[in-house]
Amino acid sequence: MTEKLVIIGAGMASGRVIEHLIENAPDAYDITLFNAEPRGNYNRIMLSPVLSGEKTYEEIVTHDDTFYADHNVICRFGEKVAGIDRAAKTVTAANGDVLPYDKLILGTGSDPFMIPLPGHDLDGVIAYRDLEDTERMMSLGPDNKCVVIGGGLLGLEAAAGMAARGVDVTVVHIMGHLMERQLDEAAGYLLKKSLESKGINICLKANSKEIVGEDGKVKALLLEDGTELPCDLLVMAVGIRPSVGLAKEAGLAVGRGIHVDDQMLSSDENVFAVGECVEHDGAVFGLVAPLYDQAKVLAQTLLGETAAFKQKVLSTKLKVTGCDLFSAGDFADGDGREDIVFRDPSRGIYKRLVIEGDKLIGAVMYGDTADGNWFFDKIKSGESIEEMRETLIFGPAYQGGAAADPLSAVAALPLDAEICGCNGVCKGTIVDAIAGGATDLGAIKATTKASASCGTCTGLVEQLLQVTLGDDFQMPQAQPVCGCTDLAHEDVRRLIKSQELKSQAAVWQELGWTTPNGCHVCRPAVNFYLLADWPIEYQDDPQSRFVNERKHANIQKDGTFSVVPRMWGGITNPTELRAIADAADKYNVPTVKVTGGQRIDLLGVKGEDLPHMWADLNKAGLVSGHAYSKGLRTVKTCVGTDHCRFGTQDSTGLGIKLEKLLWGSWTPHKVKLGVSGCPRNCAEATCKDIGVICVDSGYQIGVAGAAGMDVKETELLCQVPTEEECIEVIVAMTQIYRENAKYLDRIYKWVNKVGLDWVKEVVVDDLENRKALVERFELSQSIYRKDPWAEHAREKADTYAPLADLTPLAAE
Amino acid sequence: MSWIDIGHIDDIPVRGARLLKTRVGCIAVFRTAEAEVFAASNTCPHKQGPLVEGIVHGQKVTCPLHNWVFDLNTGEAQGADEGRIATYPIRLDGDRILIDGDAVDQRSAA
Repeated sequence: MTEKLVIIGAGMASGRVIEHLIENAPDAYDITLFNAEPRGNYNRIMLSPVLSGEKTYEEIVTHDDTFYADHNVICRFGEKVAGIDRAAKTVTAANGDVLPYDKLILGTGSDPFMIPLPGHDLDGVIAYRDLEDTERMMSLGPDNKCVVIGGGLLGLEAAAGMAARGVDVTVVHIMGHLMERQLDEAAGYLLKKSLESKGINICLKANSKEIVGEDGKVKALLLEDGTELPCDLLVMAVGIRPSVGLAKEAGLAVGRGIHVDDQMLSSDENVFAVGECVEHDGAVFGLVAPLYDQAKVLAQTLLGETAAFKQKVLSTKLKVTGCDLFSAGDFADGDGREDIVFRDPSRGIYKRLVIEGDKLIGAVMYGDTADGNWFFDKIKSGESIEEMRETLIFGPAYQGGAAADPLSAVAALPLDAEICGCNGVCKGTIVDAIAGGATDLGAIKATTKASASCGTCTGLVEQLLQVTLGDDFQMPQAQPVCGCTDLAHEDVRRLIKSQELKSQAAVWQELGWTTPNGCHVCRPAVNFYLLADWPIEYQDDPQSRFVNERKHANIQKDGTFSVVPRMWGGITNPTELRAIADAADKYNVPTVKVTGGQRIDLLGVKGEDLPHMWADLNKAGLVSGHAYSKGLRTVKTCVGTDHCRFGTQDSTGLGIKLEKLLWGSWTPHKVKLGVSGCPRNCAEATCKDIGVICVDSGYQIGVAGAAGMDVKETELLCQVPTEEECIEVIVAMTQIYRENAKYLDRIYKWVNKVGLDWVKEVVVDDLENRKALVERFELSQSIYRKDPWAEHAREKADTYAPLADLTPLAAE
Repeated sequence: MSWIDIGHIDDIPVRGARLLKTRVGCIAVFRTAEAEVFAASNTCPHKQGPLVEGIVHGQKVTCPLHNWVFDLNTGEAQGADEGRIATYPIRLDGDRILIDGDAVDQRSAA
């Protein structure tokens, strides 16, 4: 006898159930199909091609009216179900009709998650879920702006689809890289680059604050940092959750989704559920493959056959708007794992394999996903990959090959890439010169001027010689930064500038790093190079800093810290001294020491006390002395004309002015200044990185002094008549050092490499260049000239305390 | 095993660490990627440097005092240095970090 089957929701999973039933037992059930959307089953995955205009809605319809008519499915589309009476075995439609059922299937799918931001109910704020949303997006054109919140698959497809229509699209994503669930950081970087080349703006680590409206309609998205992104439409694509409202009201067991067993049966023996609305063994589902498996199991169960749904390891092979992506297995968390990374910067390819013991357990690929299924097979089979470990990443076609070419980063550079920044020489010019017979460094210098000025691009020029000439060129051995790369510091700096690399992920990928995210040697250097060259675009990464710069205090051998407040030019007053004394008392500071830089060091402070001590010191106007940083430390002064009978200028005043200008700036290594009011030199300015000796006729500026492992007197950079010009030269000097030097080279080491004459040329003689250096320094200081103590005490104090304290647990 | 909730994943910065106080001593909880955590002794066997303050790279940490590098999977010192730090079972349940309560609650501290 034919039973009555009611299905709520005409989605892809329930559609597949209907197909199986019709195919195997067309007369077993009378089917009634409800759908809240005013249409039947269509291929929701293909909404993106509809949005971009590659397909029409008609082309993505799975079941049309004829299908339902031919198979006697009673369609109630555009009708919601108001309730389920499980005792009476009936469902009530929104219009009041009561329909009896023998078996009921819930295929209610999922609901888009809407962030409850102020303004989320404005007109023009939509999700990306159904045809209506898609049509709304399709109504936009080249004159419109759209903001998409969410950098996951759905958000990016929405963005790319609209960008294809000429819409000005900005994607706002809260995480540090795109599609963080499917991709790791490096692949996320490549995806971002590809999308940006399609004209899509991408804001990462961006917190949405408020949706701004006008006359009830969306006008802009406001971010936490104050950025306002104007838009005519705002799409929220931040995730979906199983739609369980109806099931919950009917009293079915519900967790994150509707609980089902291996037969897709809910907690009621006559009610089944299938698709995105279910929760099976703790998991919920978003990809289509497991949903089709569920549909088949459910159909078999309805027909009295034995079947069980099993969750499988999943692989995701995606094409996001022309970019090939593949991820499979577990590439994120766990113990005892090892990474194999392969990067080919010239072809934009990234592959990462995750190995546990002798098994492959995860893979992420970008750009070239041809071997994806081969890797996926290895993951599923769990076979030992020990034999092919060395060559595994090259795929099935390449067993027993050689290692990647260390010169590939340079080989991959386009011909218009600038190699020599001083003389504006690009790769093409050098390659032409080599072809014209310049086969060694000297000849290149003579014919193109490349590496003939500061010389920091020498390594790159030599690599170009080798790439172009092959074995005919004997490469001098340059010292690579560390084991993560074959490039030297100078090469990395040059390429960050010329290739406009503005993130760590960009450096790792484009320069062919062999580790996922560098090491303790290269990452602090790369972090500095990026923030020095791109102060606006790049955000300083505390996790790439040595502990002292991350915690803004100096770690001591017992794990405690030392705290040194700034004393501008070495000048203090009774209020500051009282605050320091009070802090020393309050936090039981064991040692208080006067430093060589004319300030006071509080030694032996516990890490968790730091933000509290800083807050106390801040109240007295004291700020960080940066005694821990590769940056400006102190400006040591004598009392000058204020009190001294020999003083020729206001050395204290100049020292304070310099310190107020330079403080907070990051430099390749520490920078110490001194200003002496006369040649008696009480401030010991002639052994500082930069030192000023005041004389009657003006200011003698010396640079490249040292009083550490090496002791060295400063060399005269220039003498200038006014205080104003003195300050300008010192700021320009600091900036050229920031832009040019190798990380951890003090000024004297760097000047020894580039030559004082070159420094004089760019800082003293070339007035235009001097002004430009000062401007760039000021731009950077607009971000970094601030007190990190105040910021940490205010915003990060929690992070200085332990995450948790489990010691009381053991108490008896 | 008895899993104890010790915090939210975002309490630890990516490529960073936080301290956990336990009966077996201070443990450093590392976050090496968006959804990847490790737990190991906070104390470097060389000169007792606090590993929680080290630079985290790949699945390794570098001691801030003298640059010893430890693999967080095994606890073994890398390169020429010889030594080992204790590691502890830890896992993520969604956004929550769970540590094995039995492993960090032994009466005799290691």
